[in-house]
Amino acid sequence: MHVLKGVSFEARRGQVYAIVGPSGCGKSTLLYLLGLLDLPDQGEIWIDGRLMSNSQDADRTAARGEHIGFVFQFHFLMMEFTALENVMMPMRKLARLSPDAMTARARQLLDAVGLGDKTHRLGTQLSGGEQQRVAIARALANEPSIILADEPTGNLDVKNSTIVFDLLTRLAKENGQAVILVTHNPEIAQRCDFRKPMRDGVFV
Amino acid sequence: MSPNIRIALRFLTAKKSSMMMSLSCIVLGVGLFIVTQATTSGFKGYFIKTILGTDGAVRIQDKMQSSMQSIAAGGNDSPFEIQVQNGQKYIEGIDYPGQLETMLRTFPNVSAISEVLHGQATIRSSFKDDTIQVYGIHLDDQLRVSDLGSQIVEGSLLDFRTNPDRALLGREMADRLQLKIGDTFQLEAAGGFHRYKVGAIYETGIEDVDRVRLYLNMEEARSLLKKPTGASYIQVNLFDKDRAQKDAGWMEQVLQHSVASWQYREKTWLQVFTALSVSTIITVSVFTLIAALAMFNTLAMIVMEKTKDIAILRSMGYTREDISRIFLWQAVIVLAIGTVAGCLLGLGVTYAVSQMPLQIRGIFATNHFIVTYNIWHYVGAVVTAVIMVMVASLLPSRRAARLEPGDIIRGTAQ
Repeated sequence: MHVLKGVSFEARRGQVYAIVGPSGCGKSTLLYLLGLLDLPDQGEIWIDGRLMSNSQDADRTAARGEHIGFVFQFHFLMMEFTALENVMMPMRKLARLSPDAMTARARQLLDAVGLGDKTHRLGTQLSGGEQQRVAIARALANEPSIILADEPTGNLDVKNSTIVFDLLTRLAKENGQAVILVTHNPEIAQRCDFRKPMRDGVFV
Repeated sequence: MSPNIRIALRFLTAKKSSMMMSLSCIVLGVGLFIVTQATTSGFKGYFIKTILGTDGAVRIQDKMQSSMQSIAAGGNDSPFEIQVQNGQKYIEGIDYPGQLETMLRTFPNVSAISEVLHGQATIRSSFKDDTIQVYGIHLDDQLRVSDLGSQIVEGSLLDFRTNPDRALLGREMADRLQLKIGDTFQLEAAGGFHRYKVGAIYETGIEDVDRVRLYLNMEEARSLLKKPTGASYIQVNLFDKDRAQKDAGWMEQVLQHSVASWQYREKTWLQVFTALSVSTIITVSVFTLIAALAMFNTLAMIVMEKTKDIAILRSMGYTREDISRIFLWQAVIVLAIGTVAGCLLGLGVTYAVSQMPLQIRGIFATNHFIVTYNIWHYVGAVVTAVIMVMVASLLPSRRAARLEPGDIIRGTAQ
């Protein structure tokens, strides 16, 4: 059975792409393939000029850390860690910055998402909207080329949805990052630069 | 600090009670391992010290003589006859102890030699008669091959050295015959009677020695037992006692006398101590096994509860090895704390046990628990804990590493 058929898609830096469509049409599958979390049976995925679709697990993992930032519907914060530590988590793995520089960048990102005064709060001490904003800051931590967002506002009220979407797109554009988001929300989709409607595993 | 250790430390707090269970069992397992080994090896060491101090490292006795058999070739009338070795037989005692002693001194590991004359006698005190074993010794030689000097509990060796009619009696023998220092008794052997006085009383702690062994000066013993020459055995002390078995083999070949090392003489008791040591290791290792099972259980639970965290870590660039290490680090951290605490517990309890009163007489004499402080007991306890706990931690850590982040995230989203 083919989940995706003939899907060809290119994302450019500084642009926001919305993939829309009914449940089960293959949106999330496409996102996870682009995020190198799943392996395609056929087809090619190129990131920054490198063919990644059939690469080894270690290469895909390294590419995720360096080039891709994820924002999921359920924020997936690590609850034993503070907001600051959550944002520093990908930076610590990549180890491109000094510990002080990591801390400074994490603070700057949390400031940017409006949580500069809550850096030392544990995940459990933050609201749903705040947790998702921490997740956005974390996704931006390593300055990736692509931000992949799977229903980033799906679990938030209208006010928080707007805040989160605005933050995500503003920061990505400022940093020259491509944003690909999967959403059911037509208002969010309308505000994206490009919309890619899907049905039964194909773009329509 | 590496990010993996940082995450492992924080994950540990997620299952505090389960981790405490693992930690407690590691502490107990390591601590009890050390205590049991300290006491069993303490008693074993003291037993060895006692037997070395009483009967020496090596004993040479009984001459070996090859027995020969003639084989006639070509029938009874044949002029051809060959002699073949047909086993060996022992001839009791040593005819020329001086010659053997000269040869023994060429062995580099030999530190002292003492010739001993041995025979049976009947002792008659005013209280009762009894059968005993008389040992004729040259006191200075005997002091060099044994701890007789430090085993004297009453009287003095000076009295024994300067007066030929003085005898050294074992503690049990003196008590049984109700003999005290200076008391007179009679020895009957080889059809003659001699009168002696109790010069000193010794105590080795070995019941079989203290009950029957009576020391006389060599010349007195020769006169009593009517053995003017020769010796019953030669007691040898070695610089390196652990080499006694090897040296005994060489001595037997060179001297053509039967030679028994202390390890051979006391094989049965040494095997008992070894069996005791092994059985206590097995028993206390159950604690470590429980610690390993508890660690397996705890890590397996953490893996199940932290699947989302594993998925997000994988999505942000943490490798399968990183995930595996995060869980192995948790085991390492608990192991490190547990083994250090266990070693301290073992050390403290070992000291406390050494202060406990315990009276033992029979194979040695002690009035308290005997312990040894040996670094290898600590190493053994730690290595046992490390192997068991790390092996138990491998499975959940590998399972965590195998989790596919896409599957977990998709499962959560649905």
